[in-house]
Parts: sequence; C-alpha cells; structure tokens
Amino acid sequence: MKIGVPKEVHAGEQRVATVPEVAEKLIKLGFSVVVETGAGDAAHFADETYRAAGCEIAADAAAVWGQADIVMKVRGPTPAEVGMVREGQAIISFIWPAQNPDLMQQLAGRKATVLAIDSLPRTLSRAQKMDALTSMAGISGYRAVIEAANAFGRYFNGQVTAAGKIPPAKVFIAGAGVAGLAAIGTAANLGAIVRANDTRAEVADQVISMGGEFVKVDYEEEGSGGGGYAKVMSEGFQQAQREMYAKQAREADIIITTALIPGKPAPRLITAEMVKSMKPGSVIVDMAGEQGGNCELTEPGQAVVKHGVTIIGYTDLPSRLAKQSSTMYATNLLHMVEDLCKTKDGVINVNMEDEAIRGLTVIKDGEITWPPPALKPSAPPAAPKAAAVASAKKPEKVGMSPKTRSGIAFALGALVFYWVGAHAPAAFLAHFTVFVLACFVGYMVVWNVTPALHTPLMSVTNAISSIIAIGALIQISSPGFFLTVLAWLAIALTAVNMFGGFAVTQRMLAMFRK
Amino acid sequence: MSEGLVTAAYIGATILFILSLGGLSHPETARRGNLYGIVGMTLAILATLLGPRVTGVGGMVMIILAMLVGGTVGLIAAKRVKMTQMPELVALMHSLVGLAAVFVGYANYIDPNAHFVGAEKAIHETEIYLGVLIGAVTFSGSVIAFGKLSAKISGKPLLLPARHWLNLAGLVLVILLGKGFIGAESTAGGLLPLILMTAIALAFGVHMVMAIGGADMPVVVSMLNSYSGWAASATGFMLSNDLLIVTGALVGSSGAILSYIMCEAMNRNFIAVIAGGFGTEGGTPAAAGGAQPAGEVVPVSAADTAGLLKEARNVIIVPGYGMAVAQAQHTVFEITKHLRDKGVNVRFGIHPVAGRMPGHMNVLLAEAKVPYDIVMEMEEINEDFPETDVAMVIGANDIVNPAAQEDPASPIAGMPVLEVWKAKTSIVMKRSMASGYAGVDNPLFYKENNRMLFGDAKKMLDEVLGALRA
Repeated sequence: MKIGVPKEVHAGEQRVATVPEVAEKLIKLGFSVVVETGAGDAAHFADETYRAAGCEIAADAAAVWGQADIVMKVRGPTPAEVGMVREGQAIISFIWPAQNPDLMQQLAGRKATVLAIDSLPRTLSRAQKMDALTSMAGISGYRAVIEAANAFGRYFNGQVTAAGKIPPAKVFIAGAGVAGLAAIGTAANLGAIVRANDTRAEVADQVISMGGEFVKVDYEEEGSGGGGYAKVMSEGFQQAQREMYAKQAREADIIITTALIPGKPAPRLITAEMVKSMKPGSVIVDMAGEQGGNCELTEPGQAVVKHGVTIIGYTDLPSRLAKQSSTMYATNLLHMVEDLCKTKDGVINVNMEDEAIRGLTVIKDGEITWPPPALKPSAPPAAPKAAAVASAKKPEKVGMSPKTRSGIAFALGALVFYWVGAHAPAAFLAHFTVFVLACFVGYMVVWNVTPALHTPLMSVTNAISSIIAIGALIQISSPGFFLTVLAWLAIALTAVNMFGGFAVTQRMLAMFRK
Repeated sequence: MSEGLVTAAYIGATILFILSLGGLSHPETARRGNLYGIVGMTLAILATLLGPRVTGVGGMVMIILAMLVGGTVGLIAAKRVKMTQMPELVALMHSLVGLAAVFVGYANYIDPNAHFVGAEKAIHETEIYLGVLIGAVTFSGSVIAFGKLSAKISGKPLLLPARHWLNLAGLVLVILLGKGFIGAESTAGGLLPLILMTAIALAFGVHMVMAIGGADMPVVVSMLNSYSGWAASATGFMLSNDLLIVTGALVGSSGAILSYIMCEAMNRNFIAVIAGGFGTEGGTPAAAGGAQPAGEVVPVSAADTAGLLKEARNVIIVPGYGMAVAQAQHTVFEITKHLRDKGVNVRFGIHPVAGRMPGHMNVLLAEAKVPYDIVMEMEEINEDFPETDVAMVIGANDIVNPAAQEDPASPIAGMPVLEVWKAKTSIVMKRSMASGYAGVDNPLFYKENNRMLFGDAKKMLDEVLGALRA
C-alpha cells in the first residue's frame, strides 16, 4: 500500500507527519511512501533527503491524496482536504472527534477509515509507544520553558560572580502532567528553583524526581479523574487552591500553566489580580491557550505584555520545535503502522479486536465508531488463589523461634561434647581440641574475605586441602605393593591440586588491579 | 630431622596457612596470602620427606615421580584453563582431594604397621570410616558438579521418587556397615563393609548433586569445597596429625561460610538447597500461576543501546552467567573503557550468586582488566539505582527479578536482588524470553522503562561497541 504525506496546510504549522529516517522504516515494512514537495521544508527535511530515503516526491497535494491508500497528517484535514478524500482511504492524524463533530460527519460521508491519534487508549501500556499526545506534550513543556527564558530578563541559575550575586529564578508550574513534568525537568536543569502543583496528589513523587518541589493545596480531596487526567474540584478546594496560587504568583518569576480537563474549558487558575501582584518583568506561559487559557489575561496564540508581565499564550509550541516534534510524531505513527501491519507485508489490517486499534479508529469505512466501548481492565491486579495458598503455607514450616533454635543448638552441642569427653581417650581429645579451635580460627579469618575474592579463596583452600598428601607420603614406605600403589596415586592426585591450585590462584590474583 | 623438628615445621605451616587465608581478605594482600600458602605447603611437604616416617631411597624416588606427574598436570591445567571455566576446574580439583582421602583411608586401614587396641582401635577405625565416607561423597559429588558446570550433564535437577527416603536408607545402611566394620576381627573381614560403604557413599554423592538445580551451583561448589576440608581433617584424626586436622578445619569452615553466604544471597535454607530441586516444594504451581506480568516487552537495537549509553551520566552494568557463557567480558571492558574516557560513570553491580561459583563474575571482570574499585557488591550499589541513567543487565535473570520483592507468592520471594528497575532505563541483554534457572517469569522485562536487547551477548555487545565508536 502507498502512504501519502501531504504538506500541512494549517497556517504556521511547521511539522510534517513523517521524516526521512522513519520513512525508510516504513518502506522496510513493505509500504511505498509519497511525499508532497516541500512538506518537510519548515522542519528542515529537504525533498532530497526524502528521496534518498526511498520516497517519491509528488508535485502537489492533489497528487498525494489521489494516489495514497493511507494519508498521514499532523493536523486534522481542512474542508479542502476532505474534498480530496477517496472512498476506502485511511487517514491518520489528530482529529479530536469530540470537538469536531462536523469534520467527523464529512469524513464519514467520504467513506474513509480514520485513525485519530488523539483517541488512543493511553492507559494501555502497550499503546504508549504510539502516544503522540505524550510526545507532543513533552516537547511543549520543554519549549514553554525556552519561551519563558527568552522573554525573561535574567539568568535561570543563581551565580556568584565578580559582577555581583545573582539569585536563581523561581519557576512555578501548575499541572504536573507530561508537559508539566517536562517543564519542571527543563527549568530545573537550567538551574531555576522549581515548584509545582497538581490536584492529583500521587504525582508529588514524579515532581520531586524531576527536580521540582511539590506545593500542596491545604485541603483534603482526591483529584484523579481517570485516564490520567484531573477532574473538576469542589468549591472549598478551589478556594484553597486560589489562595495558594495567589501566594505563588507573588513569589514566582515565571509561571507555566498546563492545567487541562478533557472536554471542558481550561480552569482559570491565574486571575488578573494575581498577574498584577507579580514582579515586573515576570513571565507567564499559558499552555492551555487553545482551551481558553489558565490565565484570565491570556490571548491565545499571542505573546502580550500586561501589567509589566509577559503572557505567552502560543498554541503551537510543538510546531516551534518542528524537527524534534516531527521526528517523534513520525515515530509514534510508525509504531502504530507496525501494529496495523503485523505481517510486515505493506498491507494494513484495521483489527477492531485489538483494544489499541479499536480506540484509535474513529471512523471505519464510513461508519462512525467513536466513542469506543470502555476498556477491559488490563492486568489482573491480584495473584490467583493457588499462589496465595502457597505463600500461606510457608510460615508453618519455619515454626521455631530463633531463641528456641539457638537453645536447642547449644543443648545439642553440650551433649556432643559430654559424650566425647566421657568416652574418648586422651590422645583423641587433644586432637579434638585442636580441631574445634581450628574451626573457629577458620571462621574468624574467612568471615572478612571480600566477596570479590571468593573464587581465589576457593582455589587457594582447594590447594591447601591437598595437605592430605602428607597422609600418603608417610605411607609410601610401608610394606606391600597395593599399599604403595594407593599411596602413590594419592600423592599424584594431590600434587595436581597442590601445584594447579596455587598456580591458578596466582594467575587470578595477578589480574585484580585497581 | 627429628620428630620434634617435624612438629615444629608443621606448626609453622599451620600459621602460614592461617595467614594465607587471612591475606585473601583484600585484593591488595591477596597475592602475599597465596605466597604464604605456597611456602606453608612446601615447608610441610619437605618436613615430612626429611622426617623419620619416610625412609628409603625407593620411597623418595616414587614420591618425586608422583609429584612430578601430578604437578605437571596441575600446572598445565592452571595455565590452560579459561577464566569462564574456573567453576569446573575447582569442582574437578575437589574431586581429586576426595579421591585422595579415600586412597589414604584405605591405605591406612590395610597398613600392617598400625597397632591399636581397645577404644583407640575403635576410634581409629571410626576415623578411617568417616574419612573414606566424606572423601567418597566429595569425589562423586564433585565429579557430577563438574559435569553439570561443563554442561556435560543437564543442569536440571534430577528428582527421583522418594529421594529423601533413598538417602535415609543409605544413611542407615552406612551406620549398620560401620558397626560391622569396627567390630570386624581381621583387616580382611573389615574390608568388605568398607568397600560396600564406599559404594553407597559414591552413589549418595552422585544422587545429592544430581538433585540440585543449576542456579544453586554456587552453593554446591562451596559445599564441596567444605567437604574436601572435612575429608582432610578426618584423615588428620586417622593419622593423629594436627597439621592435617587444622588445615582441614580451616578449609572446611571456609567452605561452610561461603555456602552460608551463598544461601543468604538466595534467601534459601541450606538444608533446602541440599535437599535439592529449586522451587520443587509446591513451587511449580506458584511459578506458573503467579501474577502474570502485565505490559509489553519493548525490544531495542544495539545502535539504540549505544545511543542510550552515550547520553547517560551514570551507568551500572549487572553481569550474569550469560556473560560468562558468551565470553563477553572483554567487550564489556572495552565498552566500559570507552564510556569512562567520555566521562560516563560506569560501575558494576555484582550479585553474590551471579555465575556458577562464589566470586565468579569478579574473576571474569578482573581477567578483562576491569579495575576492582568500580566493581561493587549488591549492598554497596543497590541504593544508587534511582540515580542511574542506564542499568545494563548482561545475561542475568533471577538476580534482577523484581518479583522477589513484589510478589510474595513467587518461588524466589525474599531473595535479595539488584534493583535495576529503579534506574531511569534498564536494558536486558538476553538470547530469548526464556525464564532463568529458577523457572520464574521476570516482570522486569515488562516494565515500562525496560528495553530488551535480544541476541548473543558477545555479538550484541560487539555491535554496541561498534556503534559507540562510530
């Protein structure tokens, strides 16, 4: 089948749905790839490099749409593009079916199959490799910090220089989703003091792991809304949250907001009052601009200065890092195509039994299949009964407490010594004393051996145990042919050990070096 | 040389042996330790040769001949052995000590010069009996261990039905035969029970080691090491020779401690290991029925692995038996060197039972010239995993299995493991998805931050090195 990649037509969109490196892999899967001329220019992928990767270059969009069986895009099709869709064609791109019912109807009318990368069931761990929302959000978070740094008039990291002491910038990040975490990591790496808040208390550890400090809202309520998103919180909580934000606004130099609730306008976190309370020269990056913004004063798509604070409301942050985001998006799509084409023969099979693909497919052959049925819960959480029984059995076996055990050991030891003392002749006892003491010496000496030297220790003890040769040495002069043969064999055997053991130990030890 | 001088020389040898073991406690003093051992041994042998018990030129010639033959074989073996084959060599050498103990025991029994009466005779014969018993078990057990280690015999535990009863029956027979042996009037009359007992002991040694699984080999090897010491000690009692008693006890307790450390490292009871069969006590259903790991295995290419390593600041390499099998230690060192030159902090995390004998991995890494101060023990390095960018697992499985901590129903539950999954990314190099010796599935492979690099360790590492240098 032929995969077509048209040039993005949305104004300002710099991304492209596949990059040469990935196209090569698609071709290996048995597909052919046709790219509209100039599709990768904005992301710095020239037609030439696509051609070198084995792609065809088409002169215009119509040619791509006309010959491709599968069309890969970044943004959803525009009305003009919908007009070029052919029956049976598959389209892979962002669609946002909930927000764009008209587009869905039009595409269904063209009898196409549409895979919406934004409808991927993200909680499915198998699906994570195709999660373009995550990869785009990560890029947005990074870019948000870079935009902030660009607009901010100071260093991020604190320094003590001959020209004076510079305090580190204080960054506050609202919302610790993928974008928020990426922003925390980036800002922390630049040397800023990073604080972050999220209504989901369980992300506190993730915030800390990225180098941030988690700021709690002083109010008890669980904010997880399923599917990894947050939910709308109660009035009491929102009151407490507002107070916390007001406090952070007074202290922070930079605020980055990433708070989104699916299907709803973005929550208003930063009021005009709070903006006024910020220090002049501060920066707000509002990543929720497209959904109305987390800040009251945000103008979506614009960077404006109000009350001395730069408020950046860009809605195209991934596109501003086009080379990176195109590569990651293309890789996400590649993973999707791999799952669609398990046989690697260049033919896709939209298998509606596969949970990931079922979720992605919003239109199948002209029929709207969105929203998908609820996911089956993945991974049985508890171990089956048999295992529980097995583990329950174990403690019975242990039975005795350590105290009783050592008591019994001592009693047994005493008995053995009593028996030996009562029955054995004096000569034996002398040897026995030596034996017991030697055991203890051995214990004390060997206990300190470093694990790295366990093997040399074994080979050297092995060599030393060939001391048994002495038993054979004193017997070789004894009368009797058979006896002599036995003794001779024993000497020869132990000699192997004696020489071999010491030699191999020497060889090993010579290798240990600092 | 008088008897007194010989005894004095023996005391000197004893001290040297103790110093020798003590010296091995640290890499810096270890070479001197080995030297002490050699000097001690030479002293003991020379004193015996020059002492009053060895007479006649014929005897001397025979001894020198035997020493020459045995010594040559030993030296050649020591020269030729590959470091990956160390466990086999050590097992084989244990068997020689065991066999020698059997020979000395027999020789001592039929020696017409021995005159003992009453309790002394009974004790002397008990000593012979015990010496031969331990020697025979050590011999046959070590031969089987050698077979298992060199893959001449399957590593799977062989579990005969009613094996514990078989062992018990053997023990009862040995005791009964012992009564007959000690009660025997003449040397000839005692010989039959002794020979029968030897046969039983040999069979017991075979049976015991056959029943032990491949993962428990470090315990077996150190246990046999211990036995060879006890055999020497029993021989010492038999000959009323303190040097043998002390040396045997040193070796015996050293082996016992190693076995204990190995058991600790696997959270296994020593008795359970010796009783054989990993996970056989009701463990088979648990292994199969335990929580199936959820998630997906993500394969990675050698080039991507190299990319991950290049980007990393902290890398921990966890080698296992698979590295030894693939002879990959030299490539591992080349990679380490390359990364360290680039300023990457590369260290090694060694699990006590990684490989097939105690300290096996350390020797292999030392052979590949990896400096020992970046080779860490499990306890030293486990807490560093959260700050590690890449943890690379080479041919290891059970020792990095999170089920040991997370799944109380797992057969390896409670075993200390290297927590590689706490690293930002873990890469597991494996030939296939097969489970380890314990037969337990490894949830690590399904973790989100884990990548699998499938293929022969040596080949894949060569590719990684190539990609790093490119």
